[in-house]
Amino acid sequence: MLIIRCPWCGERDHTEFTYGGAASVARPTPAATDQEWVDYVYMRDNSRGSHEEYWHHVQGCRQWLRVHRDTMTHEIASVMPAAMAAGER
Amino acid sequence: MTINKYSFLNLVRGSLNGHRTWSRAWRDPQPKKSYDVVIIGGGGHGLATAYYLARNHGIRNVAVIEKGWLGGGNTGRNTTIVRSNYMMPGNAQFYEWSLKLWEGLSTELNFNVMFSARGVLNLAHSDAQMDQDARRGNSMRLNGIDAELLDREQVRQMVPELDFSANARFPIYGGLLQPRGGTARHDALAWGFARGADRLGVDIIQNCEVVGFLREGARIVGVETSKGAIRAGSVGMAVAGHTGQLAALAGLRLPIETHVLQAFVSEPLKPLIDTVVTFGAEHFYISQSDKGGLVFGGDLDGYNSYAQRGNLPVAEHAMGAALAMFPMLGQLRLLRNWGGAVDMTMDGSPIIAKSPIDGLYINGGWNYGGFKATPASGWVCAHTIAHGAPHPLNEKFTLERFERGNLIDEKGAGPVPNAH
Repeated sequence: MLIIRCPWCGERDHTEFTYGGAASVARPTPAATDQEWVDYVYMRDNSRGSHEEYWHHVQGCRQWLRVHRDTMTHEIASVMPAAMAAGER
Repeated sequence: MTINKYSFLNLVRGSLNGHRTWSRAWRDPQPKKSYDVVIIGGGGHGLATAYYLARNHGIRNVAVIEKGWLGGGNTGRNTTIVRSNYMMPGNAQFYEWSLKLWEGLSTELNFNVMFSARGVLNLAHSDAQMDQDARRGNSMRLNGIDAELLDREQVRQMVPELDFSANARFPIYGGLLQPRGGTARHDALAWGFARGADRLGVDIIQNCEVVGFLREGARIVGVETSKGAIRAGSVGMAVAGHTGQLAALAGLRLPIETHVLQAFVSEPLKPLIDTVVTFGAEHFYISQSDKGGLVFGGDLDGYNSYAQRGNLPVAEHAMGAALAMFPMLGQLRLLRNWGGAVDMTMDGSPIIAKSPIDGLYINGGWNYGGFKATPASGWVCAHTIAHGAPHPLNEKFTLERFERGNLIDEKGAGPVPNAH
């Protein structure tokens, strides 16, 4: 079991969450080129080791979190609200 | 005199002198400075590609480079199921050709791959699923693939141990059977292709890791390995699970995420399940090995992982599905479980194509489906490398299909790799 420390709910089993995929991709502006949209929708770094990703605490506070996890060891280095990571409040 | 060919007569001959005269199954050569083709990855797909390059295209100056031992990756980690019950154009024809190759593979390779056409049965648990199975079966038959829609009684006759009681959480309405599907021995597939390729002159080099690519201008002209530089006219990669990693060394980003898929085997039992059964209510599949162990698997763990070991919630889920189907297994003990790192693509279908970099070919993105695809994958990948252009059976498995919108999304799940 991965234990994710939710900023609102504390340490919770990962089965309370759904996985939201890589957080390193940023949604392009509507004016972006087709290639930028292809990269956003389909292409991934797929890193072995350090990985930034989204998790949705769907059976808890329903907040989106940005988790920094290692894809070899599953060690979680940090968890923060996705909105804060995106510079919103 | 050494004995090369496996046959009953040679078995008798060998037994007369204590089996001391068998030749080794393949050589253990040092890498040459250059080859016409270098294949990275000594699993089933890489070895099959090398075999068919030599057999079908006369390209024998070929090396297969493996960082560990033959078949030590996903070739030896799957649940050995072989089937071609696909519906989408592109997939259906490709997997059917693979099944046809499987049917003659032991003879072709002079190596018993233990292919057993024991049938693959997909259960249906609602009227909607019966409709869906009818549609899939019809579309398979239109593509010349065998399919039979079974009702509840026919399923009961075939697998009476399933839960047909009034208490079944997911009552069985019927199922879709592909009689020609079945199982095979996964190690034998790697060893058979290795021996076949070696006989045709292919060098198989184990314990040799690729650490970079050699370039001349924009073109890839070889690989840098732990045993030195090896030049090549063309380089093919067949390293599913780590395709993204290796492609990154060449500067490519791919529509692939790596996930962990678990499999399980129980203690040996007397003969119980003589076919392959998949659950319709959850993602779960089960068969019985020749040693008697029940072999089964389920869902991905669901998050990016290269760990080659899985997490317990998915194990619990698989056991739950096993008991929902076969309540009689309640006292069964598990012997082993393991995980494999799999390439999950954005549409759930593979990539076998020339890469955007000259001299580099990609064979990967096998999702759940790599083992059964191995013979056809080698067949069409060899063709693609030999001709610099795809075989008709893999012309849809391009990298460009994503930007063109020509996805082959069998499940209709969209660009979410862990949902396929």
